[in-house]
Amino acid sequence: MSDAIALRHGEGAPAAPGSGRLDSMPFDGMFLDTAGRHHPQNGSLFGFWLYLLSDLMIFACLFAAYGVLGRNYAAGPSGADLFDLRLVAANTAVLLLSSITYGFAMIAMQRRSRRGTIGWLLATGALGLAFLGIELYEFAHLIHEGAGPQRSAFLSSFFALVGTHGLHVFFGIVWLLTLCVQVAQRGLTRENMRRIACLSMFWHFLDVVWIGVFTFVYLMGVLP
Amino acid sequence: MSQLPSEAAHAAHHDDHDDDGIPHVSAREYLTGFVLSVVLTAIPFALVMGKGVQNSTALAVVLLAFAAVQIVVHMVYFLHMNARSEGGWNLLALVFTAVLVIIVLSGSLWVMHHLNSNMMPGAHEMQGMQGVP
Repeated sequence: MSDAIALRHGEGAPAAPGSGRLDSMPFDGMFLDTAGRHHPQNGSLFGFWLYLLSDLMIFACLFAAYGVLGRNYAAGPSGADLFDLRLVAANTAVLLLSSITYGFAMIAMQRRSRRGTIGWLLATGALGLAFLGIELYEFAHLIHEGAGPQRSAFLSSFFALVGTHGLHVFFGIVWLLTLCVQVAQRGLTRENMRRIACLSMFWHFLDVVWIGVFTFVYLMGVLP
Repeated sequence: MSQLPSEAAHAAHHDDHDDDGIPHVSAREYLTGFVLSVVLTAIPFALVMGKGVQNSTALAVVLLAFAAVQIVVHMVYFLHMNARSEGGWNLLALVFTAVLVIIVLSGSLWVMHHLNSNMMPGAHEMQGMQGVP
């Protein structure tokens, strides 16, 4: 018994009690190879996906806070009084358009067109800026009307949720402009293509969160 | 357990990504997703802004259903989610997070709703005054 353990140890095989499958492998290097062969060599995209999912948890908490507090108006204005759905519709349209322009950037990158990639990225950034502009206009309007985040629990949770989303869009634009400079200077290198793919996930993820915002906060917020 | 995703990757030998795992994308995919998203966004806005539906509870359920479908559309057509990407780990992580999100959301709403309706002193006399601090 102890001999067998010593032998296993000497071979460097991992102890795998109760796993007939592992034991039947010729050696553990083979096992790793089978597992890794069809995986990408670089784990950036999967790691970034995990980051996005943890980011989603932040938004889930903010959505939960809004769900709990969203009708506590403290005798102040309600969503039906404040929200201008035409602005929200415009914002939603802008963000949806920016999703497809980012898609075209990905396609241009796939064709290895440096100019096309930068052009579509800049179009996406412009739409992102338009989104932020409309949102800031809305916020300024609300605060001007005395409906700032300190007015009621409803408005606190509203500004926290929508503001966090807007902050994400802002940093997405900063990242996007950085990538444009990178691509212009160094071309579509492997690293840059990986970064563009990561930003693509980030950007589309923000659009997914926005679906929750416009449905749960704005559309359901104006219902009686 | 850990073998399942690697087997899935094995089955998907004709991989749809290059070295770094960047998914292969097509204009058709994005355009399909875009058209579906526009439709799935326009209908909820029209329902609310047109004020055609009077029953708010039913309308809220419809709105949430549209949002759920649109999120799936975005996941599939824009985020290129499928059971094969990264050998199934992408989807597994997503399902795990979705379970957590559902627990956080429904749990918070459920608990706080009960707290609100059962623990408020004189809750029955104060119906309709929940907004007062």
